[in-house]
Amino acid sequence: MTWAERWALIERFLPQLWDGTLVTLQLVGLAVVIGLFFAIPLGLARASRHWYIRALPYSYIFFFRGTPLLLQLFLVYYGISQFEVVRKSFLWPYLREPYWCALITMTMHTAAYIAEILRGAIQAVPPGEVEAARALGMSRRQALQYIILPRAIRIGLPAYGNEVILMLKASAVVYTITMMDIMGVIRTINSRTYQYELFFLVAGVMYLIITLVFTQLFRLVERWLKVDASRQQR
Amino acid sequence: MKQYKKVLLAVATALFVSAPAVAESLRIGTEGAYPPFNQIDASGEVVGFDLDIAKALCAEMQVECTVVTSDWDGIIPALNNNKFDFLVASMSITDERKQAVDFTNPYYTNKLQFVAPKSSDFATDEASLKGKTIGAQRATIAGQWLEDNLGDVVDIRLYDTQENAYLDMSAGRIDGVLADNFVQYEWLQSDAGADFEFKGEPVFDNDQIGIAVRKGDPLRERLNAALQTIVDNGTYETINAKYFPFSIY
Repeated sequence: MTWAERWALIERFLPQLWDGTLVTLQLVGLAVVIGLFFAIPLGLARASRHWYIRALPYSYIFFFRGTPLLLQLFLVYYGISQFEVVRKSFLWPYLREPYWCALITMTMHTAAYIAEILRGAIQAVPPGEVEAARALGMSRRQALQYIILPRAIRIGLPAYGNEVILMLKASAVVYTITMMDIMGVIRTINSRTYQYELFFLVAGVMYLIITLVFTQLFRLVERWLKVDASRQQR
Repeated sequence: MKQYKKVLLAVATALFVSAPAVAESLRIGTEGAYPPFNQIDASGEVVGFDLDIAKALCAEMQVECTVVTSDWDGIIPALNNNKFDFLVASMSITDERKQAVDFTNPYYTNKLQFVAPKSSDFATDEASLKGKTIGAQRATIAGQWLEDNLGDVVDIRLYDTQENAYLDMSAGRIDGVLADNFVQYEWLQSDAGADFEFKGEPVFDNDQIGIAVRKGDPLRERLNAALQTIVDNGTYETINAKYFPFSIY
């Protein structure tokens, strides 16, 4: 097969590849944004001084970090659908769809990681700054809102960017529940053309391009939030 | 003189005994997730119609065979990368696959037929199928037939294994499953399939199943000869009867 033929083959499947890219981007994009939303209370609770507040987020994070995403996906998709109660419930119209199962699982999975990033970031805020804020007469809540969280976000942002890229790659497992994401499309094309090397290479390039875009976006955000303190001083 | 005879006897014995040990050995490739044709039993052994046929062919060719399993959608590359020598995995002979591998004469023929819940009024004409969600295994004739013939009519869900498609039909996520009717027949016999039945006539009945070998491999001719022999001497019929009450050759 010549390169011209290979290009023609890729071009023939471009619409499907594009659709797959949109599915992947949508799933990852929604999961990391909604996941962040859930992670803030989780991370705050996880950083609490009281064990009874820490316990629940700790167990949640322990489970979702300690088991593979693929397993969680199968538990949500194939596991809970086996119960008549679930199939009769108001949730079934959503849990029936592979799209919702994938989104729910990915969100819960990434929320655990982001919460842990946030906990680390909160605990990395220099205690002197918190004490200074309290000494200036700020309440606990004000200190959290104006000092701790803004500092923690700057500290955690590079790790969050990393998590987004990890989720992009982890999302490749959703094809196992019939989602037509990049991987699902590629495997379906492979099953027809048998050009495995070619289309796996195409998939690799597609993920690389998306990763490149994500890293550049995060660089912009980091610059905007002045994450790199050493640069700021110059 | 006596000593000499003893040595001769020992050499002859050694030659005779060791002859089977140096017999040619071949590796059978299969999937192991396609009952009743190939599946992994409780003891971890791969069993089924495909394996019985493959072993009968090995016996006929007087070679020792071992079994290697591979995921379905990487099974052709596995053959071409020499992970095993011939592929007996209920694979349909298609022009697209013929570009990658060589096939023997068909060892059985297959039909595609819909299965749906007994309680549903599921008809297989295009108008009735419109808007339905149909499951099939990815990289199978059933999956491709759906894409080619009903791509714009039904919502197609492609699964990595046949079992997952059935699991989703039982859960009510999909309205029906299209697959080889032998496979469907087997599942309908099981407890899980009790509430389901065949719907309509087979939609496709020219699906010939062959054994795949690497391109240009002379093993193909030997397999063809062995296949003809087991069909002629009744071995095939015996194996067939073990699985289906009808001839599938």
